[in-house]
Amino acid sequence: MSAFLSYLLNGLAVGCAIALIASGLVTIHRVTGVVNFAQGTFAVVAGLCTSSLLGLGFPHGLSELAAVLAAAVAGLLTGLAAIGKRGTTPLASLIVTLGVGVLAYAVEIVLWGDQPRSAPGLAGSVTVAGAHIQTQHLLVIGVTAATFVLLALFFGRTYLGKALTACASNPYAARVVGIDVRRMGLLAFALGGLLGGIAGVLVTPLRPISFDTDVTLIVNGFAAAVFGALTRPVIALFGALLLGVAETMAAGYGYGSHQLEVALGLMIIVMIVQAGRRSAISEETV
Amino acid sequence: MIEVQDLVVSYGTATALDHLTLTVGEGEMVALLGPNGAGKSTLANTLAGIIAPASGTVRIGGRLALIPEGRQLFPDLSVADNLALGGWRSGLRDPSSVYELLPRLAELAGRRAGVLSGGEQQMVAFGRAMMSRPEVLVVDELSLGLAPGVTADLAAHLAELNRSQGLAVLLIEQNARLAFELCSRAYVLESGRLVTEGACAELADDPRVAAAYLGGAVT
Ligand SMILES: Nc1ncnc2c1ncn2[C@@H]1O[C@H](COP(=O)(O)OP(=O)(O)OP(=O)(O)O)[C@@H](O)[C@H]1O
Ligand SMILES: [Mg+2]
Repeated sequence: MSAFLSYLLNGLAVGCAIALIASGLVTIHRVTGVVNFAQGTFAVVAGLCTSSLLGLGFPHGLSELAAVLAAAVAGLLTGLAAIGKRGTTPLASLIVTLGVGVLAYAVEIVLWGDQPRSAPGLAGSVTVAGAHIQTQHLLVIGVTAATFVLLALFFGRTYLGKALTACASNPYAARVVGIDVRRMGLLAFALGGLLGGIAGVLVTPLRPISFDTDVTLIVNGFAAAVFGALTRPVIALFGALLLGVAETMAAGYGYGSHQLEVALGLMIIVMIVQAGRRSAISEETV
Repeated sequence: MIEVQDLVVSYGTATALDHLTLTVGEGEMVALLGPNGAGKSTLANTLAGIIAPASGTVRIGGRLALIPEGRQLFPDLSVADNLALGGWRSGLRDPSSVYELLPRLAELAGRRAGVLSGGEQQMVAFGRAMMSRPEVLVVDELSLGLAPGVTADLAAHLAELNRSQGLAVLLIEQNARLAFELCSRAYVLESGRLVTEGACAELADDPRVAAAYLGGAVT
């Protein structure tokens, strides 16, 4: 029972990181229609930055904040590359984000080498109902919850957030009222970078991160985002938590080497189900 | 208010507006008629700065708002949010002035715009345009798909804003009767070119216009 509980909480922590990646994907996709395959890169950049800054003797808090901002800048640059030119189709932009991800490998290897790096997080653990839970896991869960609340408030309550939603809802109408849709798209990319950065800063103390960790992150994040049809953040959040728990359980009960396969398998099932549902609808309307 | 000179707009190789010249004076209500595909919406979008002209000049003498063809609301947002976003350019965030103008919108404020009826949506599009405090309003097909009563109601509001605030209006319409009632002058556009222009009273007597837009019978 206590093993189960600690797997569950560890799984939730992993799921939270996936959820942050997924929310970045969803934010960018909603506003720009682009699937951003460089999303995992933002987390890697933030993780490697934290590791370096802490190594240079900068204090906690400042290091993590600077790393998250660096990821936001990476998001903005990716946005400029992907949608900076007028009239780029979402598919072309998707290819550009793949290119950005590969380019980032080169930059990361030059700056940080190819060995995994870690960073100290919150030390210690607490015992709840006989289960040992690392404090860092609780931090991940807490920060993710706070981030999602802030994100919901931003999109639901602020004027800028509503303008972003407006671009997603009807880009032509957004232009009619004078909103610069391209600039809003860049803002979405920066926000996506920020969210990816938070994920990276949170997971680096749990799992050492290297230039190619983005593959694991993007596969999991994409699986969760697809669960929410790339547009619904709350469903993506549940998808991510489910995925995190399923993977941690699989690892805990002895299938540790198959975590990525679990994510890929679930993603393919969800995509097939959704594709089937969509064609059912279009058949009805024909 | 609006001065268009020798305007050419094309989509790729297809020319949608071919050396168009047209003006709307201060406080004037002007109609633009034309069959489907004439280039009316193209002109509306060019005036709103959404489409870039290939050549020619477009001068706008004040703040311009567009009520686009087919409403084009933000379906996922509430009526109140739709209105608030209409104030993006003007900085006006509080829709209460629009609620005074169109009290029905205050009742609908919390509803999602996507679930409203066509008439209600057109009212929201109207209110959203007014949120930008326009000095000139371009209306692309006010009456499209609306019951006569609803159209008359919105037309009365337009006329009232024109009278009380001097709002200039370019009214794009398929319903020539409505256009002639509201406006003093009209242009007739066909295949991107002006074919006729003049005072509405005279145009209504023009047999070609009558045949094409008033169902043959001159009123
Ligand atoms: N986005 C576009 N791409 C290519 N061609 C277009 C585009 N929009 C309009 N056109 C073409 O330009 C011409 C003018 O279209 P426009 O929509 O301006 O006509 P309209 O007078 O508003 O017609 P309607 O009365 O049907 O609304 C048409 O031949 C149309 O096919
Ligand atoms: Mg039109």
